Amino acid sequence: MEKTACVHCGADCGSSPVIHDDKPFCCHGCKTVYALLSEKDLGQYYAIQPMSGIKLGQVQSLSKFAFLDHDEINESLLDFRDGTSARVTFFIPTIHCASCIWLLEHLDTLHKAVTFSSVNFPKKEVHITFRTDQISLRQLAELLAAIHYVPEITLDQLDKKSPAKTNRSLLLKIGIAAFSFLNIMMYSFPEYLPGGDLLEQEFRYVFGWLSFLLILPVVFFSANDYYLSAWKGLKHKIISIDLPISLGIIALFLQSSWVVFSGNGIGYMDSLAGLIFFLLIGKWYQGKTYQALSFDRDYKSYFPVAITRIGNGSENIVPIKDLKTGDHILVRNQELIPADARIVRGQGNIDYSFVTGESMPVAKATGDFIYAGGRQAGSSIELVIEHAVEQSYLTQLWNQQSTKQDASRLKNHVNNVSHYFTISILVIASAAFAYWATIDVGKAVFVFTSVLIIACPCALALTVPFTFGSTMRVFGHKGFYLKSTDVIEQLHNINTIVFDKTGTITMNREVEVRFHGNPLTEAENSLVRSLVRHSGHPLSVILNERLLDSPAYEPDSFEEIHGMGITGVVLNTRVNIGSKRFVTGEAAEETRNDSRVYISFSNRQAGYFTIENVYREGLADNIQQLKKIASLHLISGDNDAEAAKLSQVFGEGSKLLFNQTPTDKKAYIEKLKAEGKKVLMIGDGLNDAGALASSKVGISVADDVFSFSPACDAIMESVRFRDLGKFIVFTHKSFTIIWISFAISLSYNIAGLGFAITGQLSPLIAAILMPLSSISVVAFASISVKLLSKYAL
Amino acid sequence: MAAIIFLIILGIIVAGGFLVAFIWAVTSGQYDDDYSPSVRMLFDNKLPTEENATKETESTTTITKN
Repeated sequence: MEKTACVHCGADCGSSPVIHDDKPFCCHGCKTVYALLSEKDLGQYYAIQPMSGIKLGQVQSLSKFAFLDHDEINESLLDFRDGTSARVTFFIPTIHCASCIWLLEHLDTLHKAVTFSSVNFPKKEVHITFRTDQISLRQLAELLAAIHYVPEITLDQLDKKSPAKTNRSLLLKIGIAAFSFLNIMMYSFPEYLPGGDLLEQEFRYVFGWLSFLLILPVVFFSANDYYLSAWKGLKHKIISIDLPISLGIIALFLQSSWVVFSGNGIGYMDSLAGLIFFLLIGKWYQGKTYQALSFDRDYKSYFPVAITRIGNGSENIVPIKDLKTGDHILVRNQELIPADARIVRGQGNIDYSFVTGESMPVAKATGDFIYAGGRQAGSSIELVIEHAVEQSYLTQLWNQQSTKQDASRLKNHVNNVSHYFTISILVIASAAFAYWATIDVGKAVFVFTSVLIIACPCALALTVPFTFGSTMRVFGHKGFYLKSTDVIEQLHNINTIVFDKTGTITMNREVEVRFHGNPLTEAENSLVRSLVRHSGHPLSVILNERLLDSPAYEPDSFEEIHGMGITGVVLNTRVNIGSKRFVTGEAAEETRNDSRVYISFSNRQAGYFTIENVYREGLADNIQQLKKIASLHLISGDNDAEAAKLSQVFGEGSKLLFNQTPTDKKAYIEKLKAEGKKVLMIGDGLNDAGALASSKVGISVADDVFSFSPACDAIMESVRFRDLGKFIVFTHKSFTIIWISFAISLSYNIAGLGFAITGQLSPLIAAILMPLSSISVVAFASISVKLLSKYAL
Repeated sequence: MAAIIFLIILGIIVAGGFLVAFIWAVTSGQYDDDYSPSVRMLFDNKLPTEENATKETESTTTITKN
C-alpha cells in the first residue's frame, strides 16, 4: 500500500487519513493547525520547508497553562514589564527549522496583541513582546500550544539566571588582541626589511612607544585568564600548561618594554600580541558549546512551576515551592507528581518513563505511596503530600552535588607534559644564564629571557584545543554531544563501563509485538483496532500502530475500565481487550518480563499479544568492541527475567546486577571508583542521575536530546548508540594525534632554543618561528582529525 | 616625515573606529545568536494577496480623489 504523508508533519497517515482542503492529515491536531494557519494567511509556513510541522503525541489538557494566571509566577517569568507592554522568553524544544523561525516571528499576524517576536535558534528560545491588556501570559502560551509549539516552562526558569556572558568577554579579548597585533605588526615591519637598521631614530622611538601603548590592554586584559589559571594550578601544586605560557608572556613583555624604554626599537611586541591572539583563537575554538543542550540539569528543570492545591473545598493554583507536608493536591492527566505522596482518591496510572526508562505505566490504588517524578496518565487523582518537594526521595538523589573535583580535572596528560616541560625550560634557562654571566651579565639576562620567550609553549597549548575541539565537532555532527573537550580525555582513560538496562540498551519506543494463540483473521484484527484506537493507554497505542493496515469501524459501545482493559461492541461482536484477570477471569502470574494483552471475542478466548522490549541495534557489536577496552557491567532496576538472554550478549567476564535501586546504582559506582577503576556510566533516566554524577564520565542516552536528561558529561542520540564503541576508540586516535603534534611543536622549540642559548634570538626569528610552529600544529591537528573521522566514524 | 606620522595617527584612528564598532557589536549581543539572522534575511516579505492588493488600489484612489 502506498503511504500518504501528512501535509503538516510528514508522518504516515495510515489507511484512513483526515482530509481537509483536499489534503491528507495524520490526525485532527495537525489538521487544526493547518486550518488555523491558512485562515490567517500563513500558508508560507509549508512552503519554506514542507512538512516541517510538529505532531503532538498527547492531547494537551486545557488547564495545562492555568498556573500562568498566578500573579507571582506570572511576574517572575516576564523579562520585563512596562505599562501594558511586556516581554517574555519561552523555551520551545521543538524549534528545528527555518519554517519554525518564520512562523514564530510572524506571531503578530496570528494575534494582534503580539507586537514583536524573535527567535534565538541555537538556544531554541523565542522572545515575545506583547500587550498585557489584550492577551494574558496564559493565553499567549496557549496560542503557541495551539500551533503545536508548546513552550516548556519549568521550575528553574523562575529563578532568574543571568545569561552566559563569558562568550562575549572572550570575543572582546580576541578583538582587542587582533587590533593590537595587526597595528604592532605594521610598526615592526620596517625593521625586518633589508636596510632596517638604517631606520631613523625618531621612527624607532615613535613605533616603540605606540607598540607599548597598544600592548598594554592585550597583556593586562586579553591574557588575564592565563595568569589566573596558572596561579590556580600552582595553588593546587600543579604546573599547568598555563604556567610556561604566563612566564613567556611576562618575559616577552618585560624584555620588549626594556627595549622600548631604552629607545632601541620595538622588541618582540609583535610576537607577543600574535601569541596571545593565536592562543585566544584556540580557546574560542575549544569553547564551542551546545547552547540548546543542558548538561547540568537538576530536578528544577524537570518539575512544573505550580500545581493545583485542594483546600477548604476550593481548588487554587500554588507554586510548588509553597507545598507543605499534608497538603492535598490534584494531579490531572499528563501532570507530574511533584513530591512523594499518597493517593487519597482516584486511580493512579503512573508513567515513570523519565525516571526509570520503563515505558509501561504502573497502576496505583487509593492509599498507595507514590514517588515524585512520575506522570499521571488517565483521570485526575487527589494526593496528600508526604514529603516536601526538596525532601522527596528522588529529588534528593538528583540534587547530590557532582563529586568531580576541580583539582582532578587539572591533572591531565597535557599538564603532565607541561610539568616536565616547564622544569626543563627553567633548568636550561638557568644553565645558559650561569654560562653567559661569566662573560657578560647583560647578555646573560637577555639569554635567560630569550629561552623563556622561545620556549613559550604556544604551539603546545594550541594542540589540545584544536585536536579536541575538532573531535568534539565531529562527534556533535554524529549525534554525540560533549559537555566540554575535557570529556574526550576522560573518555580515553576509562577502563570500566557500566550500562543501565531499560531505556539505555533497550529501545524506548520500539517494541516487539507477538500474538500467541490461533492467528487472528483480518476481520478480527479490525475489531481489535476499532477499539484500541480510542484508548490512550500505551499498550493500546502500540497495538493500534501494529494494526494500522486493518480498517477500523466505529464501535457501537466503548468503555475503558481503568487498570483492567477496554470493552466494547463492534459490528455486533463484544470485544474484550486487557489484562488476564479482566479478559479470562484467571489471576495473573507475577514476574514476567513482557507485557501481555488478552483478547476475547463474544466471550471466546482468542489468545494474547506479548509486547517485549527490543535491544538497541548494534548492541552485540558494541559489547564485542568495548570488551577489548574495558570491563563491562550492567545494573538494572528490573528483575532478572532477562538475565539468561543478557549474559549471552555480554559474554563471560561481565557482571550483571538486577533489582538495583537508584541508591544501589550510585553506591555501586562509588565502590568501583574506590577500587581505582575509571568508570563510564551510560544511563538514561532520572534513576541513573546519582550514578551518572558520581562516575568519571556519565553519558545520557536520549531519544530527543533537547528534552530533559539528567545531569551528565555527554548526551548521545539514542540512534547513535550503535556507534558508542567507535566513539571511544576514536578518542584514542585523538590522543595519538596530540602526541604527534606535541612532537612537532617540541622540535620547533628545540630549534628555537638553539638561537636563544647562543644569544642570537632576534625579533625577526621570533616573529617567524612562533606563528609558523602554531600554524603547522593547528593545521596538522584539525586536518588529521577530519580525515580520521571520515573512515573511523 | 611629518606625513608618515600623520598617516600613522590617521591609521590608528580608523582602525580604532572599527575596534569600537566591534566592541559595540559584541556587547549589544549581535554575536549571541549566529544562526537565526542568517535564516531570517532569506524570508520573503509577505506576498501581496488579492485582499492586500485591493486595499492598495483603494488607498491610491483615495489619494487621487484628494
